[in-house]
Amino acid sequence: MHALPLVWAGIIALGVAIYVVMDGFDLGIGILFPFAKDHGHRDVMMNTVAPVWDGNETWLVMGGVGLFAAFPRAYAILLHALYIPLILMLVALIFRGISFEFRFKAHKSRVLWDIAFSAGSMLTALCQGITLGAVVQGISVIDGRYTGGSFDWLTPFSLFTGLSVVAGYALLGSSWLIMKTEEDLLDWCYRMARRSLLLLLIAIAVVSLWTPIMSPAIRERWFSIPNFYYLSQVPLATLLLAAGLWYSLKRRHTYPPFYCSVGLFMLAYLGLIISIWPYIVPRAVTFEQAAAPESSQVFELVGFLIVIPIILTYTVAGYYIFHGKVKAGEHYH
Amino acid sequence: MDAVLLSRVQMAFTLSFHILFPTLTIGLAVFLAILESLWLKTGDDFYRRHYHFWVKLFALTFGVGVVSGVVLSYEFGTNFGRFSAIAGSVVGPLMSYEVLTAFFMEAGFLGIMLFGWNRVGRKLHYTATLLVAAGTVTSAFWILSANSWMQTPVGAELRDGVFYPLDWWQIVFNPSFPYRLAHMLLAALLSSSVFVAGVSAFLWSKGPEPRFGRFSFRFAIAAAAILAPLQILAGDQQGLIAERYQPIKVAAIEGHWQTGGHAPLVLFGWPDVETRSNKYAVELPEAGSLIIKHSRDGVVVGLDAVDPKDWPSVPVVFWAFRIMVGLGFLMLAYAWLGAWYAKRHKDDMPRWFLSAAVWMVPAGFIATVAGWWVAETGRQPWVVYGILRTADVATDVPAAQVLWSLLTFIAAYIVVMAAYLYYMLKVIRGGPAAAKPPEPATGKAPPARPAFGGVEDK
Repeated sequence: MHALPLVWAGIIALGVAIYVVMDGFDLGIGILFPFAKDHGHRDVMMNTVAPVWDGNETWLVMGGVGLFAAFPRAYAILLHALYIPLILMLVALIFRGISFEFRFKAHKSRVLWDIAFSAGSMLTALCQGITLGAVVQGISVIDGRYTGGSFDWLTPFSLFTGLSVVAGYALLGSSWLIMKTEEDLLDWCYRMARRSLLLLLIAIAVVSLWTPIMSPAIRERWFSIPNFYYLSQVPLATLLLAAGLWYSLKRRHTYPPFYCSVGLFMLAYLGLIISIWPYIVPRAVTFEQAAAPESSQVFELVGFLIVIPIILTYTVAGYYIFHGKVKAGEHYH
Repeated sequence: MDAVLLSRVQMAFTLSFHILFPTLTIGLAVFLAILESLWLKTGDDFYRRHYHFWVKLFALTFGVGVVSGVVLSYEFGTNFGRFSAIAGSVVGPLMSYEVLTAFFMEAGFLGIMLFGWNRVGRKLHYTATLLVAAGTVTSAFWILSANSWMQTPVGAELRDGVFYPLDWWQIVFNPSFPYRLAHMLLAALLSSSVFVAGVSAFLWSKGPEPRFGRFSFRFAIAAAAILAPLQILAGDQQGLIAERYQPIKVAAIEGHWQTGGHAPLVLFGWPDVETRSNKYAVELPEAGSLIIKHSRDGVVVGLDAVDPKDWPSVPVVFWAFRIMVGLGFLMLAYAWLGAWYAKRHKDDMPRWFLSAAVWMVPAGFIATVAGWWVAETGRQPWVVYGILRTADVATDVPAAQVLWSLLTFIAAYIVVMAAYLYYMLKVIRGGPAAAKPPEPATGKAPPARPAFGGVEDK
């Protein structure tokens, strides 16, 4: 096994993880939007992420072009297979993104941008979940080319994973808001966090059963001995963390709910990686087969190693500058 | 309709839409950096109020630029999947560097620029403004490097259906790159100057605070008066590079069908591919040879030098070029006339000129898009010039699917553009008074509170 494609697989996996958590909570805010009490609450909710959402979304672009650069063949196959959900996601992201700027310039039409923000966030989450489900269920490839149809991605399983991601982002969003809000909005956030946690746990349970039933390879990976002994730690840890999260929501903790939610996401993500390893296009192309020439990977790696620490530093600094509870009417613009 | 053509139309449409926004944000970011440095230097609140007015227009533009840019980063895979598989090893890393060195920086510091006034000190805020401006320029650097490599590909070889990069220095600084970058950055600065001048002219003549508009008008006209001739010079230089590396593109631009000396300069006409001639042509005899070869009998390559299947769409390239150049000279005349007036009358400007300035606002943007059409349509039928054909690299999806996505983007972008223009006009009409500046932070450090840890934050 060559080290370089492995390093790149790690970087892409990490990038996707960072993206899912960071854009997850701001998409989650859009998902929770229709249930909010009034415009005042929605203003505060949006203001908790206004200074950072753009940076969060950049990780999605990073994932896309990182895949493009390091695993061009996989990029070509996956984007072909997922053409329709990805185009839908891009259009949804357009409306979600412009709402941040347009909403605060609007008066009479503010409700339209509420809808655009919320529908855009929901559709984005749904499409990402569908994409995930479609990848897990397998993609038909012959000779390095996608050979399936335009709607292969659309199955009951992928629709279910789509809804699961919506529930998951709602949990991330509400636990983020717990750190950023006060008073009656805060009470509401605790309530929303509990509800979305229940939905997410149901979703995780269903997907965990559905996947091995659907795919013999995944069944083999999880339930063969001795794999079972090691891998069963993942669902166990998930259960423990979920219990901890429930408890911290009951006790109205401020920061732990968010950290636990992130932990739940990471465990689900780990489960996903275990299921599809070492494929980048499941059951068709491994990450080694899809790798770009060494020169491309080295050239890009140099930039990564220098720039990523800098990015992480100013991202953390940015979050620090805007930390703390957001007051009603603050950075209204 | 075939899927390849539809994919090309979709790429052209989404790219032409997107490019309008970086064109303006590059220029506005530089303008904002200048305004903030003037404020820090003089302490005059006048400049800070300017910053707060223009930053609103900047933020709206930036927002649309971001979301329409995300689309492009995925379209390479959705619509030109085989291009990604073959050339992703060269173009992909360049785009990754764009994300790493530009997008993250812009996004990271934009928040501070827009919302950080009462959270960070003046110096840090100024740094954020500078970094956002640097980010917009860095972004142009990488994207033009990637684009230029597709025009003048060097430093990589095609082996077993994949480009193997041999020399990254050559790839990044490929022959047409420096000229193309200069041309694009000047296009952005010039278009933005004309935009700022137009908006300021409106504020000057109609706004409640004429003095407010007058300052930025005079500033922008002065900038345009310097930038317009520089841009014409840069365009000429890029033309010489194109002549060397892409003679057929230049032949299409000039409407030269036959190779030969004493080539005329075709000012206008209708290039007819059927008859291989220009109908209704208005020509200057021998001027074509003179401009391209600097001699009256210099032999100029015509379209007949290659097989017609290697021609770009001649009418598109021919006309897009004339629109770009025509608007370029129009902006030159406008800026010099404006500068002349501004020098003669310090506090006054003819009413008609202020109205004309408002009408001039789209000029730079139309010229920029036309320029991209010259560059990109002129590259056809190649995606990587002379090596890889566009028709061979499109994703093999049904035409109906591409048509659906194209129509979806058209519908979405019409809504986005309408809303964008509506809110831009709203901010402009509101003028500086409606743009209430927040109070800058007095201290240097953000409010002291632990960032993480601590269960209850009370």
